[in-house]
Amino acid sequence: MAKSIEKRKKSGTEDAWWPRPVRGGECVEAGEERHIISVLVLNEFGVLTRVAGLFSGRGYNIESLSVAETANPEISRMTIVTTGEAAVIEQIIKHLRKLIPVLKVVDVTDKPHVERELLLLKVRATEENKNEIFRLVDIFRARIIDVSPNSYVIELTGDPDKLNVFIDLFRNMGLLEVARTGIVSLQRGRVTLKEYDPKKEV
Amino acid sequence: MAERLKGTRILLESLKKEGVDTIFGLPGGAVIEIYDELFDMDFHHILVRHEQAAAHAADGYARASGKVGVVLVTSGPGATNTVTGIASAYMDSVPIVVFTGQVPTYLIGNDAFQEVDMVGITRPITKHNFLVKDVNDLARIVKEAFYIARTGRPGPVVVDLPKDVLAEWAEFDYDRVEMKLPGYKPNVKGHIGQIKKAVNKIFEARRPVLYIGGGVISSNASEEIRELARLLHIPVTSTLMALGAYPGDDPLFLGMLGMHGTFRANMAVTESDLLIAVGARFDDRVTGDVNQFAPQAEIIHIDIDPASISKNVQVDIPIVGDVKIVVRDMLKIIKDIIQKKPEKLEQYHKDLEPWHESIERWKETYPLAYRRDGKTVKPQFVIETLYKITKGENIIITTEVGQNQMWAAQYFLAKYPRTFITSGGLGAMGYGFPAAIGAQVARPDATVVDIAGDGSIQMNIQELATAVQYHLPVKIFILNNKFLGMVRQWQELFYDRKYSYTCEEVQPDFVKLAEAYGAKGFIVDREEMVEPVILEVLQERDKPVVVEFLIEREENVFPMVPAGGALNKMLLV
Ligand SMILES: Cc1cc2nc3c(=O)[nH]c(=O)nc-3n(C[C@H](O)[C@H](O)[C@H](O)COP(=O)(O)OP(=O)(O)OC[C@H]3O[C@@H](n4cnc5c(N)ncnc54)[C@H](O)[C@@H]3O)c2cc1C
Ligand SMILES: Cc1ncc(C[n+]2csc(CCOP(=O)(O)OP(=O)(O)O)c2C)c(N)n1
Repeated sequence: MAKSIEKRKKSGTEDAWWPRPVRGGECVEAGEERHIISVLVLNEFGVLTRVAGLFSGRGYNIESLSVAETANPEISRMTIVTTGEAAVIEQIIKHLRKLIPVLKVVDVTDKPHVERELLLLKVRATEENKNEIFRLVDIFRARIIDVSPNSYVIELTGDPDKLNVFIDLFRNMGLLEVARTGIVSLQRGRVTLKEYDPKKEV
Repeated sequence: MAERLKGTRILLESLKKEGVDTIFGLPGGAVIEIYDELFDMDFHHILVRHEQAAAHAADGYARASGKVGVVLVTSGPGATNTVTGIASAYMDSVPIVVFTGQVPTYLIGNDAFQEVDMVGITRPITKHNFLVKDVNDLARIVKEAFYIARTGRPGPVVVDLPKDVLAEWAEFDYDRVEMKLPGYKPNVKGHIGQIKKAVNKIFEARRPVLYIGGGVISSNASEEIRELARLLHIPVTSTLMALGAYPGDDPLFLGMLGMHGTFRANMAVTESDLLIAVGARFDDRVTGDVNQFAPQAEIIHIDIDPASISKNVQVDIPIVGDVKIVVRDMLKIIKDIIQKKPEKLEQYHKDLEPWHESIERWKETYPLAYRRDGKTVKPQFVIETLYKITKGENIIITTEVGQNQMWAAQYFLAKYPRTFITSGGLGAMGYGFPAAIGAQVARPDATVVDIAGDGSIQMNIQELATAVQYHLPVKIFILNNKFLGMVRQWQELFYDRKYSYTCEEVQPDFVKLAEAYGAKGFIVDREEMVEPVILEVLQERDKPVVVEFLIEREENVFPMVPAGGALNKMLLV
């Protein structure tokens, strides 16, 4: 990690103390790859712990994990972003498949896909920076969703790179707080993670 | 026919339906109503003296019988006491189902009396676990628990049973209960293209080795492996977990490989050009330095668990499936080939001759060996004598952990599957004796001997009471070196002989201790006593027997590959 930070300093980023993310907000070490894994799970008690525990127990990275119900309320979809060497990624996928409530695991990284993340960003609003905030919101097609006397909350959806750049721009402008959802992703085209309908199968 | 039953009854009727007749357990408040029901039913319940022993005994029972072992314990401390036993079963892929009591659902999360989050605690050491929240799910969960435990890569399953749920009533019709496991489909049939590729590789090989593991035993595939090896004259080495899956006295058998493997097994693996791994998981105790493991070999790996494949060592031909089914398909293809071209087999046998000669040379250069002086009791001599007397017939060996375990593995040439039972993956001291109890319950006709160390045996010595109570004539051979011997050996070899806290200066009088429990006790302190005493204790059919062998204190286990070293760099004496 230290090494990659060093490298970025030299590349002359403005705020050199802060390593610029490669993708998805994390430095990726040499030999490691970032993967987006889509997982369908039975929407049952404890399933998130099983997945999270698998990662912590075996020392795998989780860069982000998002989970929510699918169109079928009995099934949830998790999108996990992880980094690791190819062999580690292979193990992660195999171990995910071994979990009993896991129905389907697909590594979408190398498949045509779209990925999106939602960012909420709170910024101090003053007479001086207001116009600049409006300008950035406009350029990035973001939205201001809360206006309080001294602060705004801005909503932005996009791929993680775009979110990172957006956050960076606010760093010297009264950035107060950010909340991000982590990535969700779908494959392009007709392909789906065929959803399992427990009611249909006997 | 559906009938309305109370939860406690549903549980026990479900067990009956699963063919369970034996339960290892110990009651308490959270399961008192299950025990109340149990009193009137026709189960063989073994009351242990510590719940860890219940889990190990169920594990020993499962390994000896091939059935699923069953444990029933109370909530809180009863449940946590089983944790080591569950972890050991998990590491060694042993099918057991552990039923733990739990506080009533309305108290869960309240730090209630004897509440622990057992599902949370055991999540990483079970194949799967369940908390039953509704009595209507109970039968289905029991069915799923047994199915998950025994299929695919077997393993332990915990079912946590809140007291109030089991007090409710529900419809019960086990045969019509449907499992709901859409995400669980173990793949048993190997990919036929891969199998063909493997067969071709085998015929191309000139220095092949079969490396068999515990999967051969769980798949009941000993016969298939024997047929494969003998048909093609392929030498066989076994992990600790597979000892007995291939007859220990067979000319093709090289002995165990790995850290304390035989010289010839480790050399053969290192020099081989094709390693056929079957139901084995390339454990670090086996491979040593993975970069120098079988460096010249292509690797075929048959395993039911995709996650075992290419985990530690990159595999050339992976075959995901059940050993028995895959090896049968393999044999069919091989036999077809031979039938078409009988000369191919003959030629292959000829081609392998130089390989067998090399192996023979390794065997002659460094056979397993130890020094005797005619007086001192050598641990190897004890095991060798036991083997000579029994020839591996109608006997089950269990072991504790440490030097005793390795000597047993090296010198007892287990002949049949399910007759060498040991805690390999977790290496839990205290495993051997309760596992022997379980094995004896499963095989009342067999002689069951726990090869023990003086350290390990004291970790579950209380089970003497259990063995006496149920008239289980388990024999415990304590190889007493008054050390935590295996650790001492490491300290001698790698830590400048600093025996830091490995000397067990104070020990009980094991003979008196046995007698205090109502068991029999013997002490052996000279070599000449070894055989007569063993002959005598093997006759005992009613009570457990403790035999304390006062062995050479600083005897070491050799060969030894220092941890992380290359397999062919062995310390030999
Ligand atoms: C002090 C000590 C020293 C040790 N020294 C050694 C040593 O020198 N040599 C040694 O070998 N071990 C040694 N061990 C044991 C070692 O730690 C491992 O437990 C052991 O090597 C693992 O054996 P295995 O590869 O057969 O795997 P197991 O743990 O038996 O695993 C079985 C494998 O088979 C697969 N499988 C299960 N069922 C099926 C099926 N039906 N079909 C197909 N595949 C299936 C599983 O997925 C798994 O990959 C030692 C242990 C201790 C405590
Ligand atoms: C529960 C547990 N604690 C500690 C260990 C570490 N350990 C491995 S072998 C060993 C020594 C065992 O001594 P003993 O039972 O006397 O057997 P010996 O090696 O002397 O045959 C120890 C302490 C272990 N495997 N299990």
